[in-house]
Amino acid sequence: MSTLVRIHELTKNFQRGSELVQVLQRLDLEIPQGDFLALMGPSGSGKSTLLNLIGGLDRPTSGSIEVAGHDISKLNDTALGRWRADNVGFVFQMYNLLPALTAQGNVELPLLLTSLSASERRQRAAAALQLVGLSERAQHKPRELSGGQEQRVGIARAIVSDPTLLLCDEPTGDLDRKSGDEVLDLLQALNDQQGKTIIMVTHDPRAAERARRVLHLEKGQLVRESV
Amino acid sequence: MSNGLSQIITITASNLRSVSERKAASIVAVAGIAGVVAILVGVLSMREGFRATLDQAGAKDVAIVLRSGSAAELSSGLTLDQTRIISGASSIVQKNGVPAASPELYVIVDVPMRSTGTEANVPLRGVGAQATRVRSKFKLIQGRMFTPGRFEVMVGRGAASQFAGLEVGKSVRWGTTDWDVVGMFEDGGSVSESEIWTDATVLQGAYRRGSSFQSVRVQLGSPSAIKSFKDELSVDPRLNVRVLSEYEYFSEQSKSLSTLINAVGYTVALLMGLGAIFGALNTMYSAVSARTREIATLRALGFGAWPVVSSVVTESMLLGLLGGVIGCLIAYLGFNGIRASTLNFASFSQITFAFAVTPALLAKGLLYALALSFIGGIMPGIRAARLPITSGLREL
Ligand SMILES: Nc1ncnc2c1ncn2[C@@H]1O[C@H](COP(=O)(O)OP(=O)(O)OP(=O)(O)O)[C@@H](O)[C@H]1O
Ligand SMILES: [Mg+2]
Repeated sequence: MSTLVRIHELTKNFQRGSELVQVLQRLDLEIPQGDFLALMGPSGSGKSTLLNLIGGLDRPTSGSIEVAGHDISKLNDTALGRWRADNVGFVFQMYNLLPALTAQGNVELPLLLTSLSASERRQRAAAALQLVGLSERAQHKPRELSGGQEQRVGIARAIVSDPTLLLCDEPTGDLDRKSGDEVLDLLQALNDQQGKTIIMVTHDPRAAERARRVLHLEKGQLVRESV
Repeated sequence: MSNGLSQIITITASNLRSVSERKAASIVAVAGIAGVVAILVGVLSMREGFRATLDQAGAKDVAIVLRSGSAAELSSGLTLDQTRIISGASSIVQKNGVPAASPELYVIVDVPMRSTGTEANVPLRGVGAQATRVRSKFKLIQGRMFTPGRFEVMVGRGAASQFAGLEVGKSVRWGTTDWDVVGMFEDGGSVSESEIWTDATVLQGAYRRGSSFQSVRVQLGSPSAIKSFKDELSVDPRLNVRVLSEYEYFSEQSKSLSTLINAVGYTVALLMGLGAIFGALNTMYSAVSARTREIATLRALGFGAWPVVSSVVTESMLLGLLGGVIGCLIAYLGFNGIRASTLNFASFSQITFAFAVTPALLAKGLLYALALSFIGGIMPGIRAARLPITSGLREL
């Protein structure tokens, strides 16, 4: 399998007042195409920070992040935004759906950044909603949906533009076990059947079991790998 | 980026649908802007009405002759001989061999205002038979003209409505003299309507003016005749006079007041405008901070800063437009046509005029509202677009 993400000597520090918070230290990581990677580790260990760096939401202090051969840390803000729209689907712990839009409207959002026509956008969003099993809820607002349904809309939004990478930060963190399992089934199916490369941050060992690989992050270093 | 407009529309629509969740702050911003616009338009409509009155008053083919060096009739003085020489000038329109020249006297009397009861200065003008010939819009609307030689007055429409005790049939006492009000006149809305008129000869006697006058008003054939009229008088060694058109005279008279109204109007509007900007800023900051995570999500998905900023600014400006429309309505319903009187500092007399809320003023008010709300929206918008995405995503 070819390597999709290549991280080399990645360091990330934050300045908090006069204090320098060293979160990631010279971290190396390679993620092959089609991987389903679970990132675990204690709170504050830098899991979200790493995920955000891979997704181009933040910039490294030093080191490089190559995704499909492109060093994304060299892109400017506009180019990085376009890169995210083209290459990354995000799934958030709190779903982050726009409350004023319907499920359909939320899923169509990323497609506004493409050159698709309105009817193509509608069709694609409908297909994504069907994939997550929520076709009948297309016209519902987020507050009319359960947490598990909201997260499935979130996944539909993340995959609608067919991204290279699916990045999930504690996607089941706010869900009960049953809804969480449904979400994990979905992610696993996306990985198995569609070959989506997924990186998922989680605290839940049961969730991590679904992944192909589990990495543990501690004090800015990857300490252990379980397959 | 493609679909730029639909990005903005989608985000703005999503914003606007959440306005109902921020009702209180939005109402404050709308009300603030409405108040500012109402006051701005109100004050400017006062100026507009004031200017319209003075414009009415100032015919360009009527000249006023004052003693040289006088800024106003009150400080002027002309002898009977001088008024005769002036009246003989060849540029003056003649009818049946009589020149349209009106020597006039001008004194100030105290009359209580209807509204407050406090005394105000009102001009009492002594005129002769020619007075109405140099005021083409003059019309008697009630009672009759005063009888020469009697202590009788007629009052301008504006003066009658603003001041107490000037009804036709009543009698008023100024100094040691009782005067009968015998008629009321209008003059096309001009300053004359703020005056009280009587027979010049009677006024000369009552105020011990001998046979002197203060001004001569003459009707010229055309506005351009003023130049030859001026030249004619200036070469006469017996005269030392200042000639200006009625129009020039009133613009000069009203300059200080117009300036004052302008200054006060714009200062008040500016100060209130600052307040309104803070209101709008506050509203938009809270709108933006309530949506910090949403905005960060949009940007994480790849939306640019521009759609975010413009959606915030659009929302602010829609609120501003609403406030502006409400403010204009308030100004129109509240001020348009209201009659007011004000002291003209140059002549120390009251001028009555109507507030005029014109379409141009309403447009100005709306523009002002949009400008205020633009400023109120752009700063929070830029801030929202600049906040690091990862910080925005952590927001609850
Ligand atoms: N913008 C920032 N400014 C300052 N410090 C930050 C910032 N973002 C993260 N940190 C710090 O970096 C460290 C790692 O944060 P991160 O969110 O990556 O942890 P995490 O492993 O995802 O934890 P959790 O499991 O609680 O989500 C923490 O100490 C956090 O306080
Ligand atoms: Mg985290």
